[in-house]
Amino acid sequence: MQATQQVGAAGHHEDDSHGHGPTGLMRWITTTNHKDIGSMYLMFSFVMFLVGGAMSLIIRAELMSPGLQYVSPEFYNQMLTLHALIMVFGAIMPAFVGFANWMIPLMIGAPDMAFARMNNWSFWLLPPAAILLSASIFVPGGAAGTGWTLYPPLSIQMGMGMDMAIFAIHILGMSSIMGSINIVTTILNMRAPGMTLMKMPMFCWTWLVTGFLLIATMPILAGAVTMLLTDRHFGTSFFNAAGGGDPVLFQHIFWFFGHPEVYIIALPAFGVVSHVIPAFSRKRLFGYTSMVYAIAAIGLISFFVWAHHMYVTGIPLTGQLYFMYATMLIAVPTGVKVFNWVTTMWRGSLTFETPMLFALGFLVLFTIGGLTGVVLAMTAVDIQMQDTYYVVAHFHYVMVAGALFSAFAGLYYWLPKWTGHMYNEGLGKLHFWLSMIFFNVAFFPQHFLGLAGMPRRIPDYAQQFADFNMVSSIGAFGFGFSQLLVIVVVFQALRGGAKAAARPWEGARGLEWTVPSPAPHHTFEDPPAFDPAESEA
Amino acid sequence: MDGQRLNPDLSPIGVTAAEPLPRSGGNRRVVAVSLAVVVGSLLFVAAQPRLYRSFCEWTGLYDIDRAEQVAASSIPSRPVTLEFDANSHDNGLRFRPETASLAVRTGEIVNVMYRVENTRNTTVIGQAVPSYGPQHAGGYVKKLDCFCFKQQTFAPHEVREMPVVFVLDKKLPDDVNTVTLSYTFFEVPAGSVTSPAAGKRS
Repeated sequence: MQATQQVGAAGHHEDDSHGHGPTGLMRWITTTNHKDIGSMYLMFSFVMFLVGGAMSLIIRAELMSPGLQYVSPEFYNQMLTLHALIMVFGAIMPAFVGFANWMIPLMIGAPDMAFARMNNWSFWLLPPAAILLSASIFVPGGAAGTGWTLYPPLSIQMGMGMDMAIFAIHILGMSSIMGSINIVTTILNMRAPGMTLMKMPMFCWTWLVTGFLLIATMPILAGAVTMLLTDRHFGTSFFNAAGGGDPVLFQHIFWFFGHPEVYIIALPAFGVVSHVIPAFSRKRLFGYTSMVYAIAAIGLISFFVWAHHMYVTGIPLTGQLYFMYATMLIAVPTGVKVFNWVTTMWRGSLTFETPMLFALGFLVLFTIGGLTGVVLAMTAVDIQMQDTYYVVAHFHYVMVAGALFSAFAGLYYWLPKWTGHMYNEGLGKLHFWLSMIFFNVAFFPQHFLGLAGMPRRIPDYAQQFADFNMVSSIGAFGFGFSQLLVIVVVFQALRGGAKAAARPWEGARGLEWTVPSPAPHHTFEDPPAFDPAESEA
Repeated sequence: MDGQRLNPDLSPIGVTAAEPLPRSGGNRRVVAVSLAVVVGSLLFVAAQPRLYRSFCEWTGLYDIDRAEQVAASSIPSRPVTLEFDANSHDNGLRFRPETASLAVRTGEIVNVMYRVENTRNTTVIGQAVPSYGPQHAGGYVKKLDCFCFKQQTFAPHEVREMPVVFVLDKKLPDDVNTVTLSYTFFEVPAGSVTSPAAGKRS
């Protein structure tokens, strides 16, 4: 039990109560325990979140007023590229893998992940990749400055920072594939007796589909960047028009990965919210079966809509129409989910603790982001808005207010289970309200900037955009510094605070609440009894 | 399990279940299927350059301006007489075409040499400027390469042959049957020996 309380205090860890395995730093390097690895994933992702956040503040500082103030255009491009790569691959994805590691074995009554040793490898591949990405700023030519989409011909021309980014993506891809195989196997094979697929917790369902999406699409990205690498160094011409290749081919391959990637980020977020909203509404999740089908439908359709990122590349009218309608089709299962969450709250006995606040923030802001997504799906509109700040506002509403808010909802929801202590509710609520207000101050004006025609990925802009950019920058700095509260909240909960009951939330359901808080180092060594009548379904 | 409903709050940890685990296949099988998907995706992306090309050729998307090219190629080629002329502007350059006239067809690549001799004892820098007869035929002379594209430097008494490569556009108006291509070599004044583009930048 000592072990889980010492999360985050690797340096001065005393021997764990089970009396086996190495201690100190070596314990964390060699651990195969899903809870340790989950904690490491979460800490890693939070560190990366701060690094990526600092980069976004460099961007917003530069954009605070027109003209070039603090950084060169080249460095600006590198910052926006690394900000995106680090946030997507270093912060959001590992955060949800961390949740999966911690919670899926507890939710399904399994003693650990299916492949505990591989789990350790999946995690320890991440730091080298993060170091490669971050160190690329300091090599000659600097980091990749192409945007996270790495479009050729620019990505073929950049310096060795680009090669480092490519290798980092290879390593991250391997980590994701191993992690996904592990999670999928755990979910399929290690559920408690009686827990059929249609009775299992929603978070497991979202991860089952996410795991499949990752296994299917990460090799696509790996292949695309490998072709970039051979174009750069080995004389091939996959994407080089002068050698008979086609740069547009890269865009097709990238977005064939890139669009499912959007749902790889969003689906686990849906899963977390599907636990938090019922718990604080004191009702079961409305429409469990339709939720499962919606998740599967979103996962499936995400493979067939990639070219809505490419309306201006000269694809024919028939193609534009097909991709427009197919993209709008995704709004149907997503709408099913949103209405199910709302209906779950209908006539519930609602309370608004921090996890619920973040889940509601998610619900409202993600829906706004989804609506601007439907707007952008329209070809005629998108040709006007392509690469403007409207797009930036859209995907920050679904990525930050969607995935990140949901991750915070999950953090506050399960923190008592992890640490054994209740977090400071006042600070949690403060964190939510600061995040909610500053997020909207930062990103809502970007809709107006985009509609007025301000292009993205450029460090300077015309005078008429100055006021909204100043507002947006103030919001960004406020949002960034508000996140430091998380460190205080988590540190306080680790050190002490009100003792958490095994089930600190009276409306919460699921096997994870049947183990004591903090969760012992080893749980469910024998399969628990699972009562289907008490499941979420 | 329905027979033994338990209070979820009190469901004890470590109760060994009577039922077997609900396995949908052994771990090996899930890993094998997953790795098959990974390999399938890798093969899929490796086949993309070929698939993409075949798809675009099959649908005719590969060449988005093919329709325009087809339209252009439907204009028949016809014979035209080309005449070549050369003048120098009192600068010691002896300048003449190697061919005085040539019968060609429109749409055909024409390659003609001009000969320049520097008769002076000093280096001469010159720029050739074209003119066309009739004047409106100039727009239909599509040059691929020409000595007139840049300034030329001639060492004392140097003799040099220089090419002009062009295509007569098939859209050349029907009333034009003879096109005259004339070049005049002007001397670039000493002291301004940079190219015009470089001069503008400085």
